[in-house]
Amino acid sequence: MAGIPHDHYEPKTGGEKWLHKRLPIVGLMYDTLMLPTPKNLNWMWIWGIVLTFCLALQIITGIVLVMHYTPHVDYAFASVEHIMRNVNGGYMIRYLHQNGASLFFVAVYLHIFRGLYYGSYKAPREVTWIIGMLIYLLMMGTAFMGYVLPWGQMSFWGATVITGLFGAIPGVGTAIQTWLLGGPAVDNATLNRFFSLHYLLPFVIAGLVAVHIWAFHTTGNNNPTGVEVRRTSKEEAAKDTVPFWPYYVIKDLFALAIILAVFFAVVGFMPNYLGHPDNYIEANALATPAHIVPEWYFLPFYAILRAFTADVWVVIAAEWITFGIVDAKFFGVIAMFGAIAVMALAPWLDTSSVRSGRYRPMFKWWFALLAVDFMVLMWVGAMPAEEPYATISLIASAYWFAYFLVILPLMGVIEKPLPQPATIEDDFNAHYGKHGGGSGGNAIAQPAE
Amino acid sequence: MIRKIALSTAAVLALSSGAALAAGGHSEITDVNFAHEGPFGRFDQFQLQRGLQVYTEVCSACHGLRYVPIRTLADEGGPQLPEDQVRAYAAQFTVTDAETGEDREGVPTDHFPMSGLEGAPDLSLMTKARAGFHGPYGTGMSQLFNGMGGAEYMYSILTHYEENPECAPDGIDGFYYNTAFPNGGVPDSCKDDHGVSTVPGSWIAMPEPLADDLVTYADGTAATTSQMAEDVSSFLMWAAEPKLMDRREAGFKAVIFLTILASLLYLTNKRIWAGVKGKSA
Repeated sequence: MAGIPHDHYEPKTGGEKWLHKRLPIVGLMYDTLMLPTPKNLNWMWIWGIVLTFCLALQIITGIVLVMHYTPHVDYAFASVEHIMRNVNGGYMIRYLHQNGASLFFVAVYLHIFRGLYYGSYKAPREVTWIIGMLIYLLMMGTAFMGYVLPWGQMSFWGATVITGLFGAIPGVGTAIQTWLLGGPAVDNATLNRFFSLHYLLPFVIAGLVAVHIWAFHTTGNNNPTGVEVRRTSKEEAAKDTVPFWPYYVIKDLFALAIILAVFFAVVGFMPNYLGHPDNYIEANALATPAHIVPEWYFLPFYAILRAFTADVWVVIAAEWITFGIVDAKFFGVIAMFGAIAVMALAPWLDTSSVRSGRYRPMFKWWFALLAVDFMVLMWVGAMPAEEPYATISLIASAYWFAYFLVILPLMGVIEKPLPQPATIEDDFNAHYGKHGGGSGGNAIAQPAE
Repeated sequence: MIRKIALSTAAVLALSSGAALAAGGHSEITDVNFAHEGPFGRFDQFQLQRGLQVYTEVCSACHGLRYVPIRTLADEGGPQLPEDQVRAYAAQFTVTDAETGEDREGVPTDHFPMSGLEGAPDLSLMTKARAGFHGPYGTGMSQLFNGMGGAEYMYSILTHYEENPECAPDGIDGFYYNTAFPNGGVPDSCKDDHGVSTVPGSWIAMPEPLADDLVTYADGTAATTSQMAEDVSSFLMWAAEPKLMDRREAGFKAVIFLTILASLLYLTNKRIWAGVKGKSA
């Protein structure tokens, strides 16, 4: 794939030429940094940098924490307290790591919803989207296993509940659960394997991030108009783009500095705000907490898991059709993973020829409702499993599936999109009025692709 | 200044946002304006010392502080006892040496002993484990605006022992009625048709530990029950989060630094984009 035409690295000195012939690493870095980037990107395009920062932050703080942490049921909790009290700056490293997970998920959700609104998942960026979804799944796995490591009450009981989900799989469920736990219940073997995987998965994520970036550097970034960068010539491409360095590097760093100011305020002044007080009680297999609730970033999908109870007609129907193999518990597990699966399939479920939500009058509203729906799911996920929360979570879960499986495919057929600007340059000039607004701003309609 | 406010159980003990509303009952938590509250609050060194005295003379009979090294009593920002007093404090304990397996006199690098009474929870992290992080309806407002936290919970438990309510004049044998304790037992006669408790708090196994003038403060402070409760709650907050002040200072510096950095980056960003946007720099 050729990518967007632009100037490439030319080795000048003898040393550069020598290295370039043998390993074009400087060229790779140059092309990555000087990538032509649509010049009309808005502030929702900053989350990628924030996410990259989060990954680095988590890996660096994590490596230091491992130097002082003991993955053993008898010592894990005490070793975390050792970090908090005795290790130089340990309290800060640990709180950064703990709250870093929250920042990571705030950023990833905004990043995902930006992609959903501006149609970043659509052709030719499906592979970028799928890899992103894989990263998101790995993030959830990593965060979940990391939460078990301090070996508090919520660590222990959260692990018990979530691994119990795999036990709901008919036939092989118990075997899978035992295999995951390394025994019949959450114990030292579980803690050790979770520790091992919690250290491994971030590096897998880092590898996938490289592929994710490679993929969208090949297709080029999406942008708020969804209109592609012109690729016919270097000159035309240059009118639609600016090089990543320095324009977006500085812009992203500015956004990152503001976000980090908020982040450090949280870490410094209310580091336990997003956590559960119960996790400051050491794990006790004999005392079940009154309410076991996952961390906030899992709540929307936890709500979907719990929404499909045995008295819901689709669950009854599923149980009847499958001769009881799919019971309510297993149905909930399918629904939870299905909720992420339908999102991953968005590139093929969205039938609209227009990429950006900006030019889709109906889509805008359904999308806004999806964003609200996500927040509602997060809220009911924290609520006890009783009325009215049970009904609310069922309706909210139903909308989540309806959006991807019904609304997205249908809307492409019935919706009449608004005219799109012919080029990114037109859109940009319409905002900033350079050269008298190009060819009349965004008046010219053109189908995406 | 102390004012009483009744909060739902959720505000105090909830494992998560409002989840404990399901319990239906509620407990009364008194908001205390501790010295350590607020973004720039600092532990009162003398209050921590008084709290240590209450802990040593009263609480430690049953409870432990297993995660707290005795040497930290000398740390800046803590009770800041002089070195010789810390050594003397450690020496009162008999410790089984981990290496020799023999009993010896405690030294400052040892930790406080564990709970002596089975069932009496360790207090090292109790104020954090009982912090009202999530406030009414899961908003966390009580923490944000009133500084409500585990120290308040601790204070309230110590001061909210009351006569058995009318619905259960005999109470529960071996337990004591406490309007701040949310997760103890409640007699059936104090529950409505749905099994929801009609009285604040519940019954706790710990008898009322404090009474006026139970300890004699060296600094002459009047040892009222509420004074002792406040002092020991403050001490236990320090025990749970000894780096509280360091952490806030680090956070504050980071925010200042990042704000300056963001301002510079804003100006840089504006300038480099000016050409692209057709404005003069």
